[in-house]
Amino acid sequence: MSAARQNRLNTFAAHGALILYTLIALFPVFVIVINSFKTRKAIFREPLVLPNADSFSMIGYETVLKQGDFFLYLQNSIIVTVVSLFFILLFGAMAAFALAEYRFKGNTLMGLYLALGIMIPIRIGTVAILELMVQTGLVNTLWALILVYTAQGLPLAVFILSEFMKQVSDDLKNAGRIDGLSEYRIFFRLVLPLVRPAMATVAVFNMIPIWNDLWFPLILAPAEEVKTLTLGSQVFIGQFVTDWNAVLSALSLAILPVMGLYVIFSRQLIRGITSGAVK
Amino acid sequence: MTALKLEKVCKSFGDVEVLKNIDLVVEDGEFVVFVGPSGCGKSTLLRVIAGLEDATSGTVDIGGEVVNDTPPAKRGIAMVFQSYALYPHLSVRDNMSLGLKQEKQPKAVIEERVDKAVKMLDLGDYVDRRPSDLSGGQRQRVAIGRAIVREPKLFLFDEPLSNLDAALRMNTRIEIADLHRKLSASMIYVTHDQTEAMTLADKIVVLRDGNVEQVGSPMELYNNPANQFVAGFLGSPSMNFLSKSEIPIPDGATLGIRPEHLSLTDDGRIKGQVTHVERLGGDTNLLVMSEAGETLTVRQFGQHDANVGEPVGLDFQDQNAFLFDQNQQRIAE
Repeated sequence: MSAARQNRLNTFAAHGALILYTLIALFPVFVIVINSFKTRKAIFREPLVLPNADSFSMIGYETVLKQGDFFLYLQNSIIVTVVSLFFILLFGAMAAFALAEYRFKGNTLMGLYLALGIMIPIRIGTVAILELMVQTGLVNTLWALILVYTAQGLPLAVFILSEFMKQVSDDLKNAGRIDGLSEYRIFFRLVLPLVRPAMATVAVFNMIPIWNDLWFPLILAPAEEVKTLTLGSQVFIGQFVTDWNAVLSALSLAILPVMGLYVIFSRQLIRGITSGAVK
Repeated sequence: MTALKLEKVCKSFGDVEVLKNIDLVVEDGEFVVFVGPSGCGKSTLLRVIAGLEDATSGTVDIGGEVVNDTPPAKRGIAMVFQSYALYPHLSVRDNMSLGLKQEKQPKAVIEERVDKAVKMLDLGDYVDRRPSDLSGGQRQRVAIGRAIVREPKLFLFDEPLSNLDAALRMNTRIEIADLHRKLSASMIYVTHDQTEAMTLADKIVVLRDGNVEQVGSPMELYNNPANQFVAGFLGSPSMNFLSKSEIPIPDGATLGIRPEHLSLTDDGRIKGQVTHVERLGGDTNLLVMSEAGETLTVRQFGQHDANVGEPVGLDFQDQNAFLFDQNQQRIAE
């Protein structure tokens, strides 16, 4: 350990900065959650006070669960997010393996082409995507969203994963080849487990934007039975009247599943982010 | 029968020629060591034999069969890697048996062969452990075990000792030599360490820049090097080369003399000054700066009381010296 690490003042300052940052980051979430348990009056009168016996109210949650089909929206969001992540990780890892492992003409060019998507926002192509979805009859299906999110997530996934796959020992892969493993088994059994931290990193980076996205659900799948949670919550926000109790409750509920997924990935994520620096 | 025959094997990566027209025969049961400085193509040659790289041209023949288009698993080879390359998610036993399972060997055969290898390598206490719970030496033994159970026609070792510390390296070296005697299998061993090459090999292949410089038994190469490179590469400390010394030699030629063939005599033909003394207990190495400005290593057996700065005279017997021409080729006396 370096001397700076052992210095008490430095430790204190570092922790102070981190705690401050945590507070700032968590403050909006905290405000949303406490206000979701308050009456409408209490929300506007004293937004920063914890709910007490007078101001406590579950009206927001009742509205959310009664109006609209909250659980259907939740289910749609989970399906879209999980299936998209699955495809991003599967195809991203496969493409990354090919780029990292095989020498072929145009390898570098292909890598650049795949990475190009990081710099070009997919929303620029919204009109074309909508036309495509109309022609293929995928409008108002969850597949429309899954396909778009997979396309949106792939560039970064390929970029990050191919860097990690280059670090997997060649000897290990060659040992597998000599033992008669197929390239698929080498990929799934030897390489994937070793890049698990990187996969978790990619999963988290992709999960949150997909979960929170309002744009594509609104354009590609606005029908009642395929609404995602983010889109579903918008019914409470009107042009003239907004049901803040319901909005805050819906947001509080929407945090839970994504937090669960994050907890699953986070242990791996931290290893993924730090592995490059410490190894 | 020949275990391996290479004919005019070439390998290039893009425009870079890594192997140039390699011809080589490995007899059955022979222990052949490829040795050379890093970047000489020895590992690539091993990979071509294993089938992990394709030869650009030429034929690779293992046990009487041309295997240019055969995948590695079907070539009848087994390989031990420098970084062990054990499967991290499998136990020692599963690491060893995976290859056999892929070959669809019956369970009884797998178990018998693994047990035999475990006993031979003294791995009994570790069969259920994961590679991450083993020390470097144990890991390398597991890797060797994984090769043994395949009962291959040809063993390939790719610098298997480079990741081990010095003491363990010597032990494992002896184990490998022992293994070769027990299995009487054909083995090819790649190393950049001339000591490993000298101690293990029946036959050494010295490579440089993708060319075979010389092939022969260790003592043949030591006593009768074909050129200056082989002479300088084998032997430790390495051979002294003199080109401007007091000794009369043909123009442009170089005189090679091994450190142990130099003797200290006051009226020696080479005069110089001791610049450094290495005392190893059993040996003493003196570095001497000759009057012509060349540094020579002198190996004295036993302990020697030479001091830095002392003037010394060196001499040798002419039959122990080698002469090399301008192209570094040996001039026969």
